[in-house]
Amino acid sequence: MGKPQKIREKKVPMPEQPPKERIKNFNEVALGYTAEMAVEEAKRCLQCKPKEGQKICVDGCPVGVNIPEFIKHIREGDFEGAIRIIKEKNNLPAICGRVCPYERQCEMYCTLGKRFEPVGIGRLERFVADWELARGVKIPEKAPPNGKKVAVVGSGPAGLTAAADLAKLGYEVTIFEALHKPGGVLIYGIPEFRLPKRIVEAEVEYVKKLGVKIECDVVVGKTVTIEDLLKEYDAIFIGTGAGLPNWLGIPGENLNGVYSANEFLTRVNLMKAYLFPEYDTPIRIGERVATIGGGNVAMDCARTALRLGAKESYIVYRRTEKEMPARAEEIERAKEEGVIFKLLTQPIRFIGDEKGWVKQMECVQMKLSEPDETGRRRPVPIPGSGFLMDVDTVVVAIGQSPNPLIPKTTPNLKTGRKGEILVDEKQRTSIEKIFAGGDITTGNATVIAAMGAGKRAAQAIHEYLSGKS
Amino acid sequence: MYKIVSKKDLASNVKMFKVYAPRVAAKAKPGQFIILRLHEKGERIPLTITDWSKEEGTVTIVVLEAGKTTKELASMKEGDYILNFVGPLGKPAEVKYYGTVAFVGGGVGIALIYPEVRAFKEAGNKIITIIGARTKDLLIFEDELSKLSDELYVATDDDSKGHHGFVSDILKKLLEEGKHIDLVIAVGPVIMMKVISDLTRPYGIKTIVSLNPIMVDGTGMCGSCRVTVGGETKFVCVDGPEFDGHLVDFDNLIARNRRYLEEEKIALERFLSHG
Ligand SMILES: Cc1cc2nc3c(=O)[nH]c(=O)nc-3n(C[C@H](O)[C@H](O)[C@H](O)COP(=O)(O)OP(=O)(O)OC[C@H]3O[C@@H](n4cnc5c(N)ncnc54)[C@H](O)[C@@H]3O)c2cc1C
Ligand SMILES: Cc1cc2nc3c(=O)[nH]c(=O)nc-3n(C[C@H](O)[C@H](O)[C@H](O)COP(=O)(O)OP(=O)(O)OC[C@H]3O[C@@H](n4cnc5c(N)ncnc54)[C@H](O)[C@@H]3O)c2cc1C
Ligand code: SF4
Ligand code: SF4
Ligand code: FES
Repeated sequence: MGKPQKIREKKVPMPEQPPKERIKNFNEVALGYTAEMAVEEAKRCLQCKPKEGQKICVDGCPVGVNIPEFIKHIREGDFEGAIRIIKEKNNLPAICGRVCPYERQCEMYCTLGKRFEPVGIGRLERFVADWELARGVKIPEKAPPNGKKVAVVGSGPAGLTAAADLAKLGYEVTIFEALHKPGGVLIYGIPEFRLPKRIVEAEVEYVKKLGVKIECDVVVGKTVTIEDLLKEYDAIFIGTGAGLPNWLGIPGENLNGVYSANEFLTRVNLMKAYLFPEYDTPIRIGERVATIGGGNVAMDCARTALRLGAKESYIVYRRTEKEMPARAEEIERAKEEGVIFKLLTQPIRFIGDEKGWVKQMECVQMKLSEPDETGRRRPVPIPGSGFLMDVDTVVVAIGQSPNPLIPKTTPNLKTGRKGEILVDEKQRTSIEKIFAGGDITTGNATVIAAMGAGKRAAQAIHEYLSGKS
Repeated sequence: MYKIVSKKDLASNVKMFKVYAPRVAAKAKPGQFIILRLHEKGERIPLTITDWSKEEGTVTIVVLEAGKTTKELASMKEGDYILNFVGPLGKPAEVKYYGTVAFVGGGVGIALIYPEVRAFKEAGNKIITIIGARTKDLLIFEDELSKLSDELYVATDDDSKGHHGFVSDILKKLLEEGKHIDLVIAVGPVIMMKVISDLTRPYGIKTIVSLNPIMVDGTGMCGSCRVTVGGETKFVCVDGPEFDGHLVDFDNLIARNRRYLEEEKIALERFLSHG
């Protein structure tokens, strides 16, 4: 190693498409590190040896990736070694390295972050994962087949992770997916410019290479029921996500031009409506688009609208930027691209034209009062503050709930207040042999949390089927 | 991949396909539908399950050429493969004994009432069937329906067969004559279902309609298929497709089905010009 250098205070910058250009295409915004940049960034890591009770990066990672160790390998130029360490814990690093809210997880606990910018852990993870993908992914050693069969329902991050881990343990695993393409939100929800579909496809390929069978076009609860699957499989993992769109419940919501975020994103991402008419599925976008909500989903919709040609794209959110659940980085990018933020604003009615298309939105101004049960300050309307906003497209992005299809068609499967499947710390449901995890048990959360649940479930299924619990 | 095992021309613009989809066939019930996607660049479109055979593992669909995707499907042949075919979706019809059930089928809706006519007949109901189309060549499934029905009435817009006019004229006459009917089930163009529902309302006869909004996933995930029923938002793909016609806001459905008129035209013209 060379002579000791002064530590860079900031992360090595990540090359990006400039905002003016990127809003004209659907290509990825952040372009990723080169090998030199990655080594440079890795050198910022202090290789912490935590004392008792001290928290470092690893403690913030829901799947416990050995961060200092993989960064050490990057620093030494051993990218192969780095990816192997990551993959011990994380089956989908190219995805997590892009969409993990690392600023609230691993990077939040980074020692360096106490004085400077934290180490760019997400970026480094992405770099080595991409490095491996470019070279062809190695398939890890698998335990010999143990003759037991597990069905996984849903092919989002929870299902893919559970399936991969079980396959490595020697199980014969089949994933059943309702849509025509595996990947869950990674395929139908998160846009191409944030998570290229080829990355998701490559990760799905990896899971298939582990021997997992994926059957699309199977809606469990309709095409087959959980009870049918129980006859054929030794255990079942349910990872069907939170796919049910929430609505505002205000007049005019069924007007033309009002989309749920799910419809808007599914048309664009899964059905590739941005390539219409080369692809058959259309999408209609007006000149003034308002996206209601303040999470990642809302940012994705507002930024997608710009790329589809909207002249003005608004985020309409009832609290302030500080309370927005979206990742800071995504809010920043949306602003750079020209998304206009209308904060402390709540729509109360959509107004249509004579042909049934939305043309205006009546809103009220809000102010923040005392904190509510979530700890965030509660927005309350300011009397007499109503105003009209001209819009011709509205995207409602105020969250999703668990899809009720499986609970409704599976007697004795216990659910909670919001329809989420209830599980214990081992992801066990109220029915023997059936496990569940991801957004279907938590409501809309994160990719890495869903993966963590998939991992725990795989472990618990293994214990259960090998008679250890 | 789902193989087309047979194809039959029912009329110049109406084709019937049997598709090998054993999982769907094993679970199909009257009133349910499938969603298919022809190829990698295709749209997902819903089609009613007209018949099925658990033994053969086949599902029968009848398709009216309406735009790009249905025309492309119509051009496919026996032995070809459909890329995606998922179902059965939607709630099955509530088949039970009512007494006298009047079925009204318009256009391709004639084929779509067939499985329900059969099921309601098996449930012991007396069946009155009223079918109508633009012209007599489009009166598909007439023989099959005539065998199952106690009374069958026919209407054509161009007077080529039966009553000259609409199916609603026939139902109106039956009602005015005091014919006893316990339930009406109407399947066809939205405007026809609206007229029928308006017709039966003053008589207080329960009227079921099968709605055909624009869908994407068909599993309750997107809300593209939502319509207003009894003042509430319903997702047709999971709450329907059948609803009480007296509660449906048909104008909302008509408007929503016109969302993509321009794009549909572009897609069709492009398809017709270079296939
Ligand atoms: C637009 C958007 C942006 C997001 N951005 C981020 C981000 O930047 N970072 C982050 O960490 N998280 C983000 N999230 C959240 C994250 O994507 C989810 O928390 C995560 O995908 C949940 O994973 P899952 O496996 O539980 O479910 P999902 O990814 O929802 O997958 C569930 C799968 O199950 C299938 N399924 C459902 N019902 C059935 C059935 N009955 N039979 C068969 N299959 C069925 C579905 O079709 C789907 O493929 C975002 C979410 C959205 C919608
Ligand atoms: C539950 C249900 C069952 C149906 N059953 C049948 C059937 O058995 N036989 C049959 O011929 N038709 C049926 N339809 C209608 C059929 O789905 C449409 O005719 C078809 O989607 C038109 O596609 P296209 O590309 O050929 O025409 P387009 O030019 O795209 O559209 C023509 C018209 O069809 C409707 N439509 C367009 N796209 C969709 C879509 N993705 N989903 C639903 N409707 C759409 C619109 O009202 C549009 O104006 C059914 C529809 C529903 C909702
Ligand atoms: S998986 Fe997410 S939280 Fe864990 S190290 Fe990677 S970026 Fe950080
Ligand atoms: S806490 Fe930060 S500096 Fe310390 S080992 Fe982890 S990444 Fe490196
Ligand atoms: S078609 Fe998407 S919810 Fe019904």
